[in-house]
Amino acid sequence: MKNLLIALITLIPSLSFAAGPTVPLDEADVDLHDKASLQRGAQLYMNYCLGCHSLEYARYNRMFNDLEIPEELGQKHLQFTGEKPGDLITNNMSADSAGNWFGTTPPDLTNVARVRGEDWIYTYLRSFYKDDSRPFGVNNTVFPNVGMPHVLEELQGMPAKTYEERRIDGEMKEVYVGIKSDGTGRMTESEYDQAMLDLTAFLVYMGEPMLLEQKRMGWFVFGFLLVFSILAWLLKKEFWRDLK
Amino acid sequence: MSNAPVDKGRRRFLTVATGVVGGAGAVAVAVPFIASWNPSARAKNAGAPVEVNIAKAEPGQMIRVKWRGKPVWVVRRTPEMLNELTQIEDELRDPNSEEPQQPEYAQNKHRSIKEDFFVAVGICTHLGCSPTYLPAGMGDHAEGIESGFFCPCHGSKFDIAGRVFQGVPAPLNLVVPPHYYIDENNILVGEEKGQA
Amino acid sequence: MANKFVQWMDERIPMTKTWNIHLAQYPAPKNFNFWYLFGVLATLVLVNQILTGIWLTMNYVPSADGAFASVEFIMRDVEYGWLLRYMHSTGASAFFVVVYLHMFRGMMYGSYQKPRELLWLFGMFIFLVLMAEAFMGYLLPWGQMSYWGAQVIISLFGAIPVIGDDLTLWIRGDYVISGATLNRFFALHVIALPLVLVILVFLHIIALHEVGSNNPDGVSIKKPKGSVPDEEKPKFKFHERFTKKYDIVDAIPFFPYYIVKDLFGIGVFLFFFCYVIFFNPEMGGFFLEPPNFQPADPLKTPEHIAPVWYFTPFYAILRAVPDKLFGVILMFAAIVMLALLPWIDRGKVRSIRYRTVLHKLNLINFVISFVVLGYLGTQPATALATLFAQIFTFLYFAFFVFLFFYSRREKTKPVPERLTS
Repeated sequence: MKNLLIALITLIPSLSFAAGPTVPLDEADVDLHDKASLQRGAQLYMNYCLGCHSLEYARYNRMFNDLEIPEELGQKHLQFTGEKPGDLITNNMSADSAGNWFGTTPPDLTNVARVRGEDWIYTYLRSFYKDDSRPFGVNNTVFPNVGMPHVLEELQGMPAKTYEERRIDGEMKEVYVGIKSDGTGRMTESEYDQAMLDLTAFLVYMGEPMLLEQKRMGWFVFGFLLVFSILAWLLKKEFWRDLK
Repeated sequence: MSNAPVDKGRRRFLTVATGVVGGAGAVAVAVPFIASWNPSARAKNAGAPVEVNIAKAEPGQMIRVKWRGKPVWVVRRTPEMLNELTQIEDELRDPNSEEPQQPEYAQNKHRSIKEDFFVAVGICTHLGCSPTYLPAGMGDHAEGIESGFFCPCHGSKFDIAGRVFQGVPAPLNLVVPPHYYIDENNILVGEEKGQA
Repeated sequence: MANKFVQWMDERIPMTKTWNIHLAQYPAPKNFNFWYLFGVLATLVLVNQILTGIWLTMNYVPSADGAFASVEFIMRDVEYGWLLRYMHSTGASAFFVVVYLHMFRGMMYGSYQKPRELLWLFGMFIFLVLMAEAFMGYLLPWGQMSYWGAQVIISLFGAIPVIGDDLTLWIRGDYVISGATLNRFFALHVIALPLVLVILVFLHIIALHEVGSNNPDGVSIKKPKGSVPDEEKPKFKFHERFTKKYDIVDAIPFFPYYIVKDLFGIGVFLFFFCYVIFFNPEMGGFFLEPPNFQPADPLKTPEHIAPVWYFTPFYAILRAVPDKLFGVILMFAAIVMLALLPWIDRGKVRSIRYRTVLHKLNLINFVISFVVLGYLGTQPATALATLFAQIFTFLYFAFFVFLFFYSRREKTKPVPERLTS
């Protein structure tokens, strides 16, 4: 029995790794309280992503409200197609034409953070690299052969897989060291990382817009349950004194 | 089992305290169930204020818009129409608009902010039909005026300021919705000025 | 005033009598422990599911085009809709947690043994209906996991010889899972099955109160009439329905003693329940699976389909068998075996406290098999995982086979006449 248990315990990690991702993901340090970060993320999203990826379950005015963006300002800078502030965040791309351009319909991203996780998004956004064999000239290490152009090239520049010559066991070998931009973008590497963190944070917010309220409420509920449970415990002790 | 004396006061206190706290919890649990019946974000958006452009409205013309699922009329009245307002006042139920069927800023002779532009919800106060706008020919239904609103369902009659005649089924004047002028050419229906 | 009202009611409906028989004068063994909480908790969760379910129905749209968006509408546009939905989704898993613990309690203390066979069977029917209810409910959000999970489970019926293919077609009402399937599952989930469930729960409780509750000692609190001297009888008044034929010993009225105890238990349970609702509604992907936040796509299967955790022990058994039909048979057999426990266990001693070490080890074997199978069911079917699934499927069934043979002549410890604590 014991041996079996040990065998099992050693087996568990290998089993779970079988389902894991192939590329290690960078940790996205998202802070939903940082409204400035979320606002920058929203701006990036509306400018670079919304053209293809709708957020069709969310509404502009809720987002303005949650991100502390004054409605007039939001309408001016984040709403480009003249909808009402209470409208859903959709775009005008039809599924058919999208299918023709990209070979697949760009998915709605309202829930992408819940499907993929924040680390995946953060790493994905920073993992495009030049690959001339692909229709858009880029590929992605996290999502191989993704049918999406590198929309943020003007910010990041054109990234490429870089290798270094290193001496291993006395032999010189090419070692993959990561993705480096060619520096033609408007942002430095750290600026780009921060921007992608902002964008990730915005998508995390989008997935669960009620998250902060939910947790705040949770603490109140815990407080209530503590009081209730203590009282119930005392009441139980009081009644059960009959049975001593 | 011993028969230790029961501390009745303590027992009663704890019973009541647990009951009160538990009851408060039950009330709190009821809140989301009750609140979920409020208009959703979608319903609120559908009922959001509507902007009406009046730049191209000719005298005598009516513009219809939908606000909260109901027709809202914007009528640009001619001077002749406005003249009629004073002529049949003794035939009206509420000539001075004393019933709260309009915001304060429309409680005047012409029942509007600007004299010529009349804004009203186009629903008869009788049973909810939408009256017909008669820029001319109202004389067939009411002597002394040429323009007004006539409800085809049960024959209620309103003058060109939406004031109801005596002797018809409708009890009250037509409703004037909250509205204000964003600028010279645009009215926002559904919101008071200065309201967020 | 209140008295008059009660009197008025009692003349028309057995209000006070019901209260007394089932609560205030119901003799409950005095030694209930932690394990006896889960029946009450299951009732609490059932009420939660019914209430939140009714409220979700108010905004849910049962159609292939509208279902997914309507769930997002509830989550985002309806005031507190997210809370109602999380209460329901967490309640579904919580239901199985408490029901599994409740069943395990019955296995530990032999609560299925004579005269409680029918009580146990009602419980098993509740379990079956609950599984159907959960399965159909899981299709309703119309996410990727909803869709493909239903696809896999419905395909199981295709394993039945001769009628299999026609049967799956009939269940789906279409050549694939479609709006037709969704609508019939919706109808069953919100009306038919809850109705059956509530009736079964009612019967379960009626049967329980007819034979009386078992207890951790597995010793009856009913003694032959006249065999117990008055000074040893409890000082409480029990309803004559219970005292007419027997002398009741070592019992206390369910109300107020177990009610106040359960109140505390409910408070503690709600800590866990609310932790999930407010801080971890997905529960690491076990209560709400990430792919289910994508709308159903009939053309694209998610990389790894696993049923929700409460089905995985049985799912692992299904996958452990290389033959489709035999796998399905074995999976259902795993449930049937549980239902047959009152007849498989031929022992006369109920509680694990007075049974042999062999029995304890066997029960531990069952628990480990169940948990490991549950874990394996969540994992991709690699060769190694399948091998382990086969081993533990064998051990799962071995529990019942061993039990059948050793229980008849088990060398049990002496059982006390009366409850021990």
